[in-house]
Amino acid sequence: MDIHEYQAKEILASFGVTIPRGGIVYSPETAENKAREIGGSKWVVKAQIHSGARGKAGGVVLCNSPLEVAQATDKLLGKKLVTNQTGPQGKIVNRIYIEEATNIEKELYLGLVFDRSSESIMIVASTEGGMSVEEIAKEKPHSIIRSKIEVAVGIQDFQARELAFGLGIEPELIRRVSETIIGCAKAFSELDATMVEVNPLVISKQKQILALDCKMSFDNNAMFRRDKVSELRDKTQEDEKEVYASDRGLNYVSLDGNIGNIINGAGLAMASMDMIKLAGGEPANFLDVGGGATPEKIVKAFRLITMDKKVKVILVNIFAGINRCDWVAEGIVQALEKIEIKVPLVIRLAGTNVEKGNKILKESKLNYIEASTLEEAANKAVAALK
Amino acid sequence: MSVIIHKDTKIIIQGFTGKMGTFHAEEMIKYGSDVVGGVTPGKGGQKHLDRPVFDTVKDAVKNTGATASILFVPPAFAADSAMEAADAGIKTCVAIVDGIPSHDMIKIKRYMRRYSRAEKMTLVGPNCAGIISPGKSMLGIMPGHIYKEGRVGIISRSGTLGYEAAQQLKNLNIGISTSVGIGGDPINGSSFRDIIEKFETDDETDVILMIGEIGGPQEVAAGEFAKENMKKPVVGYIAGLTAPKGRVMGHAGAIVSAYGESAIEKVEILKECGVTISKNPSVMGDTVKSVLGNI
Repeated sequence: MDIHEYQAKEILASFGVTIPRGGIVYSPETAENKAREIGGSKWVVKAQIHSGARGKAGGVVLCNSPLEVAQATDKLLGKKLVTNQTGPQGKIVNRIYIEEATNIEKELYLGLVFDRSSESIMIVASTEGGMSVEEIAKEKPHSIIRSKIEVAVGIQDFQARELAFGLGIEPELIRRVSETIIGCAKAFSELDATMVEVNPLVISKQKQILALDCKMSFDNNAMFRRDKVSELRDKTQEDEKEVYASDRGLNYVSLDGNIGNIINGAGLAMASMDMIKLAGGEPANFLDVGGGATPEKIVKAFRLITMDKKVKVILVNIFAGINRCDWVAEGIVQALEKIEIKVPLVIRLAGTNVEKGNKILKESKLNYIEASTLEEAANKAVAALK
Repeated sequence: MSVIIHKDTKIIIQGFTGKMGTFHAEEMIKYGSDVVGGVTPGKGGQKHLDRPVFDTVKDAVKNTGATASILFVPPAFAADSAMEAADAGIKTCVAIVDGIPSHDMIKIKRYMRRYSRAEKMTLVGPNCAGIISPGKSMLGIMPGHIYKEGRVGIISRSGTLGYEAAQQLKNLNIGISTSVGIGGDPINGSSFRDIIEKFETDDETDVILMIGEIGGPQEVAAGEFAKENMKKPVVGYIAGLTAPKGRVMGHAGAIVSAYGESAIEKVEILKECGVTISKNPSVMGDTVKSVLGNI
């Protein structure tokens, strides 16, 4: 789960990280007041969307008066921002964060992620803040320093100090930088985060250490014990169909193609998408209805797929294990009594009681194309496009 | 003797009396697995499915001699249950449950470092289908009848894609020595490399089919291990050719976030390691067949 910049900043501030003064607004009128309240003579108006690279997309505006702050807010609110991370559809701006402008002396990079090789939390830091970590890795790989946190004991002071000295920080600022690193690491561990990124972490002209932009992501599997974090979810930042799916216990990812898929199991779903591509088609989605493929899940899956107007063919591929093909077939027949399908439908059943399952489908009034193997299913789905 | 589990492996069910635990315990018993009892705290002393229920894993081990367990407990309690199993001297523990937080998985693995290599429990999963040695024992939730007895070892992240492979092999009249589902989570108990190493020394396995997917370093680590240390041929398939970067594809671990984690990159590296690649998921069986023909 992703959260907004301002939410990440509030969390990190509660762990001892210093952030510039700022506040969230939802209208141009409050923006002007908020700027006066924050004080100072320069402000940054920042569109809150779940994406990086907002600056290049016009989502970050430097303003010289409260009036300009109001104007910039007015311009951004309700707008769809398209960045290199949002896809062409962009993301809607519903919240604006107004922040006092910072006089930057130096920009650093600080990121924390799970390292799957060492199964620990990896801290990545660099003196080249302001660009993405991928760009840093490509252009200034020698500037990157790393440290692994042992999850069982958490970050140690010496690790934070080593990183701070490694970044070439002047001695009188070492303590503040160390405290910032420790704060981020504690937030990561204590809130079940999967990613914390402060980029840039800046040293201001006034020698303050400030988190200028922050990002946090969290482990969906741990949200049952993180009520406060769960509340920060902003569904307006997610694909409408993906929200519909996740609210109904389906694993769904919207893609650009026109062959809709209903599959049981994530691995089999990916494999089926691959077969569609090899057959010359493009999948419209990834959809895993769960290993069990219960009739209820299949009904929900058909409703979801039929919401997607770009779908021109639907491919159902179910490998029935403990559940049986005859049950799955009955589920499909029942689903399609409730939901009208206007595009060709290819069904491939495999596993337990496959003959019985296929017989049920044949004897129903269902208009569909039968396939017996994965390859045949993909080929028939692509052929049905024409 | 087959790897990990065999015909006489004594199994207990953690979360025995719940709906899931009951259903799959019955399936395992039907298959012929030696299920000797189970654990549900607070229900010790009762009988369930004609077998004793214990309050703690230690009690169950002491009274039944169980060496394997399978977890059907909700994700919030799964880490605790796995550590309890490790501490009670269980040798093999399969965690079926989907949804264990990554921080908890790391804690389990760190906790298990207190045991010497000889004493250490093999944890398989979470978010997996479990283990089956066809004709011998099933410590999992797979449909046992699609697995023919034979000499191919399967390791798969995905449950249903593993079933697909077993079915393809059965249709070609090829059997399986043991199939292990290691699960789709980013941090799991046993990696591809851990299991592939066991298959290398297994006298009942001639060839290994490794079914991976996008995300994480494990497929590549197994390929590199195979290149350096293995004589048995390895066949590989990687799902997720069409998966977009940075998106989670159903499995919590199926996300491309670094170099070498996409399907194309993994396939290239595995090829360099001498792994025979099944070029699509429909020919996993055929690819194993052709490799078997060359032995």
